[in-house]
Formats: sequence, structure tokens, C-alpha cells
Amino acid sequence: MYPVVPVARDLRLDLFRGLALWLIFLDHIPSNIVSWVTIRNYGFSDATEIFVFISGFTAAFVYGRAMRERGVVVAGARILKRAWQVYVAHIFLFVVYMAEIAYVSASFDNPLFKEEMGIFDFLQQPDVTLVQALLLKFKPANMDVLPLYITLLAGFPPFVWLLLRAPTLALAASVALYVLTWQFSWNLPAYPSGEWAFNPFAWQLIFCFGAWCGLGGADKIGPIVRSPFTVAIAAAYLLFSFAVVMTWYFPRYAHLVPHWLSDWMYPIDKTNLDVLRFAHFLALATITVYFVPRDWPGLKSRILYPAVLCGQHSLEIFCLGVFLSFAAHFVMVQMASGVVVQVVVSIIGIIAMIATAALITWYKGVEGRHPGPPTRPPGATLAGGEA
Amino acid sequence: MRALVAVVLVVCAGAALAGDDSACSVASSLVHADFPLPHVADAIKSKRLTVAVVGSASSSLAGATGIKAAYPNKLEGVLASRLTDVTVKVVAYVKPRQTAAEMEKEFEKVLLEDKPALVVWQTGTVDAIRGIDPEDFRSALDEGVDAVHAGGADVVLMNMQYSPRTESMIAANNYVDVMRWVALQREVPLFDRLAVMRQWNEFGTFDLLAATKDTDMAERVHACIGQLLADLIIDSAKITATETGAVR
Repeated sequence: MYPVVPVARDLRLDLFRGLALWLIFLDHIPSNIVSWVTIRNYGFSDATEIFVFISGFTAAFVYGRAMRERGVVVAGARILKRAWQVYVAHIFLFVVYMAEIAYVSASFDNPLFKEEMGIFDFLQQPDVTLVQALLLKFKPANMDVLPLYITLLAGFPPFVWLLLRAPTLALAASVALYVLTWQFSWNLPAYPSGEWAFNPFAWQLIFCFGAWCGLGGADKIGPIVRSPFTVAIAAAYLLFSFAVVMTWYFPRYAHLVPHWLSDWMYPIDKTNLDVLRFAHFLALATITVYFVPRDWPGLKSRILYPAVLCGQHSLEIFCLGVFLSFAAHFVMVQMASGVVVQVVVSIIGIIAMIATAALITWYKGVEGRHPGPPTRPPGATLAGGEA
Repeated sequence: MRALVAVVLVVCAGAALAGDDSACSVASSLVHADFPLPHVADAIKSKRLTVAVVGSASSSLAGATGIKAAYPNKLEGVLASRLTDVTVKVVAYVKPRQTAAEMEKEFEKVLLEDKPALVVWQTGTVDAIRGIDPEDFRSALDEGVDAVHAGGADVVLMNMQYSPRTESMIAANNYVDVMRWVALQREVPLFDRLAVMRQWNEFGTFDLLAATKDTDMAERVHACIGQLLADLIIDSAKITATETGAVR
């Protein structure tokens, strides 16, 4: 196996990004009993926050170094090239989705679901649908994360520039944009109506916070994060959030949540990254950092290696996961949808993600040994493979 | 795992063996009267109950027997048979492709024309398909509930159908959550059609994955919805405002 452990690498990033990718895959398969293991069922935030935070962290690490060594223009160009790659990947997934939906619309009929068949209406006007998809305005279910990532990367170069010069100011700017977004309801328009399901102006907060941590912020706040007082508050908040979420699954206990609290708390807005969600992510991160230090021996264990591997090739594995979740649902509706099938399909999907990640690692290793046209700068493979 | 499968199989067999009625009631634990319906309670006392069902296409069935077989008509039948000395009338205002905001504008007319004691408001699917801003969906629900209450009637909200084939294509979660929150906050009963139908599908009561042109299963599903909805309405009318006050 290709050696994956340069000295400076924080394997925790790879590990938790890999786990987040698995959870996103499981969450995207509807009516899947295995998705009960995913964190969104036990608290306000879900794997998306983890994924976006770690992506911001590694992007800053990789491109921050590039900007220091090669200058703003080169690093900016690299970031935009990355955004373009993600865009192409998104369009590829969209085509896969269209193939599935066109097949289902042609083969399925049931008078009970006449209304739901309305989702196939856009197949009647491919001229509009395809253009709107290319403009990232038409985004089918579960295909919102990559467009978010594209816009975040597109706006990233000036942020990294500022982050290298005045990190505190950069973070303050990000918070200010978040606050203004809530104040003035900024968002990007979607097609056929409404707005983006992941508002980039709000979600940039967690991406930029990740970036800030990646370029030295983590060391600055380290002592505060590890203090027993912070850990206790984080644990209490996680418990509170767990209790509230349980009342959603057992509606007859909903009345146990006091009225003033539910008035203030609901709705917990995913589109605009509700403060409660962000706080839940921070609490999770605090507890994680407390129990899993950077030099935790388990990070190099064989058991966790598959997750680390997936986390090192996040774009490829994320796209594969979206594709696999379509495929898994397709198998479930076409063949069988019992509990056994759900478990088997989930396990096969995760094995496919691991195998693909291993293949990519192998391929990159093989390629890397041959002297050839411009090789990657060493920094690009450090924290978390690609950003 | 095996034990779980065995339990599911036994439950399925049980549901299949039992009559139509208990097949519906596999899901009855999901229909829980949490909030009172004071206007319905008064209407029952005065022996005349009018219910208006406002909804989109999933509140109707196509075809010659469609209107008779759809759940609003079934609801009328069950209510009439359970409230023997009450004159029950259910009127359905069903228009396909209507969002919550569009339906909400109809309420004034409905309340004036039929003077219902209860409006059953079925919505959510069209908004999810069209990707209406969930915040706009929420304010439409709020305004609709206000309008009906101001017009002297109660509200029962009804959410989407469980449609396994299109489940990965319609991003409904946000809208499901919004309906649950609005119901909770405004203290309005929610008929959780999504959970009920999911339960039927899981227990094999109905095979919602079946591709068919036949309306037979659709009619039986609607009959069951009518029955459980009648249970919810009657149970909710029985609890009085003071009782829920005690629970809270």
C-alpha cells in the first residue's frame, strides 16, 4: 500500500471526513434502516457540517501554503480549477440522476401516486431543465452539497488572501456575512421556485471557520477547547439536543418541550445553517478533540484505515456515494426493499467506496513514481489529499 | 436480525389474515389525538357536522368511481356511521397542482359557502415538487390556520403520501418538518399520512411499490385513510381544551 502518513498530516481530518462521507451516503438512501446509526437522528446537526468544516480546513491548509509559496494568482487559479472539477462532477451526477428518473417515469404507473408523478414534469421541457441545471439553479433532491461546495470554492481566493494577512479580521468578515444573510434573507435563486437548499452565504460560516482553524486558529483556541469547562458545556448541549430530537420521533412526548422553548427554537433552519446546528457541530467537535488527540494511536489502526482512505479522496468518494445512494434506492424499489436488503445494500455501498478509494490511492502512487510533466507540489498531498 | 425478520413476517401474516378494518388499524398508533377540536365537538352536539377537505390531487382518485372511492367520501361514510344521530356532510375542494399558498386563498370562500366546523387541509406534496421556499410554505400554513380559526372552524393538517418510488426524487423532509412544527405550535391535529402509509407498506398491508393501472389498491388505501381520519377527528373532538391544558 502507498504510504499515506507524511509527518504533518492530521489523520483525524481524513478519518472524520471519511466517516461523514459514509453517513451522507446512508442518509441519502430513503427508508433505509441503517440510516438510524447516523448522527442526524441524535442531534441538530448532521454529517454535512462535518464535511463542509473539514473541507474548509484542508482547503485552507493546501491553498494557504500554495499562496504563501507561489503567490495569490497561482493559488487562486488552483482553487478555481478545483471548483471547475467539482462542477463537472456535479453535472456528471445530474446526468446519472436524469437517466434514473427518466427510466422510472417510463416504467412506473399507479393511480394512487398521480400527484407524485408531477416530479417527472420537467422531463417534458428538457430545454429549460438542462439549462437551469447547468446554471446550478435546478438541483434535484440530494444534489445540493456539490453546488454549495462550488460556490464556496469560487469565493475562497480572496478569503484565503485575507486569512494569511489578518486571520481574525477574515473570521469576523465571515461572521458578518452570516449575520447579514440572516438579517436580509440573502440567498441564491433556485428553479423552478424557491432558493438554494444550502444557502452558501450562510454555510460559508462553517467552511471559513474550518479554514481559519486550518491556518493556525486551531492552535490558538486549543487550550480553551480542551478546558474541562468547555467540554462540560459541550456535553450538556449535546444531551439537550438529543432530548429535543427524541421528541420528534416520539410525538406524544412533544409536549415535554416547554412552549416558550419551542417557540424560540423552531424551526431549526438547515438551509441557513441555524445557530443551533452550528453550535451542535461545535459541541461535537469539542468532544471529539477531547477524546481523540492528534497522536491517538487508533488513527493508524487497521480498523479505521478504510475510513481514513475514503476521507483522503473526498470529491471522488462523495460523488460515488451520491451515485451509490441512487443505485441503492433503485435496487430497493425494483427488486426488494426488506430490512435485509437495506442492510446488504448499505454494506455493499460502503465497501464499494472503500475499494474505490484504495484504487485511487494505488493509482496515484503508481503515477507518482514516474517522472513526468509537472507533478503536484508536495503540499497538495499533505492535509487530507485534495481540499 | 433473524428474530427481527421473523417478527415482521408474523406481523405481516397477521395483517393479511385479519379483515380489512384491522389491516388499516396496523397504523392506528400513529394517529394520536393531541389537540382538541372545539368547533367539531359543538357541531356534534348540535347534530349537524360539516367538514371541508381542501387538498391537491392526492385527495382524489381519477376515473368514473374516483370521487366515490376517494378518502373525503369515505370519511363522510365512516363519520356518519359512527355518529349515528348526526347529519354529516363532507365537501371536497380538490385542485391538482395547488401549493399551500394557493389553497390558503380559497379558505374564505369555503368558509362562507359551507360553514364547515372543520377544514381538513391536505398539502405539502406540490410545494415539495416545486421547491417552494420552506419559509414561504410555513407562512402560508400559518396564515391558512389563522384564516380558518378566524372563520369559526377547526383545522386538521394532513401531510404527504408515502410514495416509495419517488422518494429519492422529491425532497420532502423540510416540508414534513415544517408541517409538524406548525401543527405543534398552533395546537392543531396533524394526520401523519406519510407515517401511516409507510407503516402499511412496511407491514405489507399495502404494496405501495406495485406498478399497476388498476385502481383497486388505491381505493382500499383511501378507504383506510378515511377511516383513520375519522378516528382522529372523533377522538380529538372528545378531548376538551382544559384536558390538554392539564397535559401541558
